[in-house]
Amino acid sequence: MKNSYGIVIIGGGPAGLAAAISAYDNGVKDVLVLERDDRLGGILNQCIHNGFGLTRFKESLSGPEYASRFIEEALARDIEIMTETTVLSLTADKRITAINSKNGIFTVQAGAVILAMGCRERSRGALNVAGTRPAGIYSAGTAQKYVNIKGYMPGKRVVILGSGDIGLIMARRMTLEGAKVLAVCEIMPYSSGLKRNIAQCLDDFDIPLYLNHTLTKIEGEDRVTGVVVSKVDENKKPIVGTEMHFDCDTVLFSVGLIPENELTKSAGIPLSNRTRGAIVYQNRETLVDGIFAAGNVLQVHDLVDFVSEESELAGASAAKYVLEGRAERDTVEISAGGNVSYVVPQMLDKNASGHVKLFFRVTNVFRDCTITAKCGEKVLMQKKKKIAVPGEMETLILTEKTIAEIDGPITVSLEVNAK
Amino acid sequence: MFDVIVIGGGVIGGCVLRELTKYRLRVCLLEKENDVCMGQSKANSGIVHAGYDAIPGTLKAKFNVLGNKMMESYAKELGVKFRNNGSLVVAFSEEEKATLSELKTRGETNGVEGLRIIDKDELRSLEPNISDEAVGALYATTGGIISPYELTIATIGNAMDNGAELFTNFEVSNIEKTDDVFTVTSTTSEKVSATLVINCAGLQSGKIASLIGDEIGVNGRKGEYILLDRESGDFVSHTLFFTPTKKGKGILVTQTVDNNILLGPTAEELEDPDTTTTANGLDFVISKAKTMCKNPPLFNTITSFAGIRAYSDRHDFIIEESKTVKGFIHCAGIESPGLTSAPAVAEYVVKELVGKNVSLQSNETFNGKREPDYFFKNLSTEEKNALIQKDPSYGKIVCRCEQITEGEILRVIRENPPAKDIDGVKRRTRSGMGRCQGGFCQPYVAELLAKSQNVPLETITKKGKNSYLLTGVTK
Repeated sequence: MKNSYGIVIIGGGPAGLAAAISAYDNGVKDVLVLERDDRLGGILNQCIHNGFGLTRFKESLSGPEYASRFIEEALARDIEIMTETTVLSLTADKRITAINSKNGIFTVQAGAVILAMGCRERSRGALNVAGTRPAGIYSAGTAQKYVNIKGYMPGKRVVILGSGDIGLIMARRMTLEGAKVLAVCEIMPYSSGLKRNIAQCLDDFDIPLYLNHTLTKIEGEDRVTGVVVSKVDENKKPIVGTEMHFDCDTVLFSVGLIPENELTKSAGIPLSNRTRGAIVYQNRETLVDGIFAAGNVLQVHDLVDFVSEESELAGASAAKYVLEGRAERDTVEISAGGNVSYVVPQMLDKNASGHVKLFFRVTNVFRDCTITAKCGEKVLMQKKKKIAVPGEMETLILTEKTIAEIDGPITVSLEVNAK
Repeated sequence: MFDVIVIGGGVIGGCVLRELTKYRLRVCLLEKENDVCMGQSKANSGIVHAGYDAIPGTLKAKFNVLGNKMMESYAKELGVKFRNNGSLVVAFSEEEKATLSELKTRGETNGVEGLRIIDKDELRSLEPNISDEAVGALYATTGGIISPYELTIATIGNAMDNGAELFTNFEVSNIEKTDDVFTVTSTTSEKVSATLVINCAGLQSGKIASLIGDEIGVNGRKGEYILLDRESGDFVSHTLFFTPTKKGKGILVTQTVDNNILLGPTAEELEDPDTTTTANGLDFVISKAKTMCKNPPLFNTITSFAGIRAYSDRHDFIIEESKTVKGFIHCAGIESPGLTSAPAVAEYVVKELVGKNVSLQSNETFNGKREPDYFFKNLSTEEKNALIQKDPSYGKIVCRCEQITEGEILRVIRENPPAKDIDGVKRRTRSGMGRCQGGFCQPYVAELLAKSQNVPLETITKKGKNSYLLTGVTK
């Protein structure tokens, strides 16, 4: 281990791996990846279902298979990797302090840093769900770890709150392992998961999905013995008289993912309150010089294929920063307009070359609608959609030619087409 | 055969047990749960009260003021985090301001030092996030905060280090006295005997009293809380109380010693209280927090919970020897300010009530010092590195959110009182107490417990009894 590296990447999951490979291939040969787990691959290691890589590799891979393609690529290069190493702090001048059993607590100086810490699941506690606090309450990802990595069953009769993708995947997984999944409850009128997961994980196994429903009580002293599920009104408040009781021993929570940005905040890097990830330019550089962010730590993606794509961009940008420094910027802001919840990147440097792909999500389910990127009254790019849902990330591309015409802030909005 | 049996592993039982080990006595603690500190001592506000609240002349007033003076050095000796952050009783009207003067006078009568009425501007400079509606406050500079479970576990651990024995999963079902010897029997027919018995059973203290024919009315009052992430830890720095009115005391908003923000509790007197949280209770906490402060950072909520505080129908502590059964001592109905009072109550109980029955000879080997469970963070980088070199498990972070190492977890599984379940590890180390609430570390901690105890993973529980984490293996 050295005291300084051209690029240090925090996280060895899909984002960190793709960023490391790309940084190396773009000319920075001293790259260090710091991974807290005992192996590379991140959360993909416990995602043993298939469906990964359809976009990127045009084939359906399992999570570990998808990860292994990147791990092999990383190992084939002279990239330094430290596992079971947790980063304790990061400073704006790119000093990283980390801990492991072999080196103790140590500090390295980076020329550029790529944040690739991923995200964590929102817990039951964050929702203030009423009731008791017995054993048998898990976030879907924790249950997935017990089943797929440890080989243990977290329960036999299961109710799932939230229809995020991990919850849907676990509904199927628990069923295949012999558990009975009684219900998946979703407080929104639509699922936040991918359409294909609703079909393949719930419909194929006759697992009921209760939209506009939430968990209003958890029962059981030692272990969960049951839950109460209620219908909610348009303000998401439970409607008295609609209570349904389920006898179950397990509750899984799949109620959203939160980018893990504690280190980012400790370095004073400004975050977006929409994405809870860093505010970035199109090259994925944060508002602190030489610190980049990519993958789920920046914005929660639906598909790992896009995580890889974004991370390769960040890796290449970090390499360019280390090798060439950065030219003067000409910045305009990009923000979410009507019916759009966020846009990444939030900053556009007009002086940078190349096209820019905007990633964003819509706020509700919309049919026959038009998504528009505008600068003032000028339409930059527009696309019509038969349907747009919050659970599936949308994109728009601004070409180099379009960018040249921009003279002010950009907004991305969605309008429903007039009948 | 013991000299003294203490029933109940809460903060009162713990402090009494530790105090007993200062003398040459054979002592033990009986706890009905899988771990100590499983009742009201684990789910309360963690406030070291100044002592202006209790009615002069009551045991509450006496022990509160004494306990407050003792707490800093008591906590320090045991390696327990304590902070003298000061309390503010906030007034929202001129009428409430008048009540503050009454509280101040009452406190001074009780012997509380450092009480002062402050105006709106000073209040605002002390607490910038206080509501614009607040008009002034009573500033109690001796008010403090402590981790109640840390204190309880530390007292019991230290007592055990000094020779006390602990029996967990020992639920007392019968007490008999023959020839000056008490025999205490558990629901699983285990028996323990001693010359003296001290009832520190909290919510169960009425039930324990009834086993020897004493009648003590002890009821439970439920309190619901909301805990916010350390990220919002500087939202307030003092403990903020509402001015007590005829309608009640309201809730408090406080920093905790671990730099979380704690909101609560509600106060609901129930026939048969349980620890469920309710939508109404949590809504009440939220609305009160919004009255006290501008924009409380509720988006940073990491958990909500409820605790039950025992209170007696005398509305004062009951600390006395049974009038009918000699050698049986009650510490019952110990509600707020029980945590603050605990060290002083323990000293009184042992010196006066135990001392009346047996001769107290100093235990020369007693060592009151205890290294904190949660010690790693306090070391310098050089010290940490020296430790990691000696024991590499200290270089492995298990709990990401609170940055707790494998070494710290293994240590609390090993040391007194040993952690036997997930929640036991959590209360001792903070592993699982952070923003992900154990989502990442729980499987890891479960494996460490299984390995250390040499048992299969599926036997590991969250909190003893039937609180199994897992129901079997996969296909």
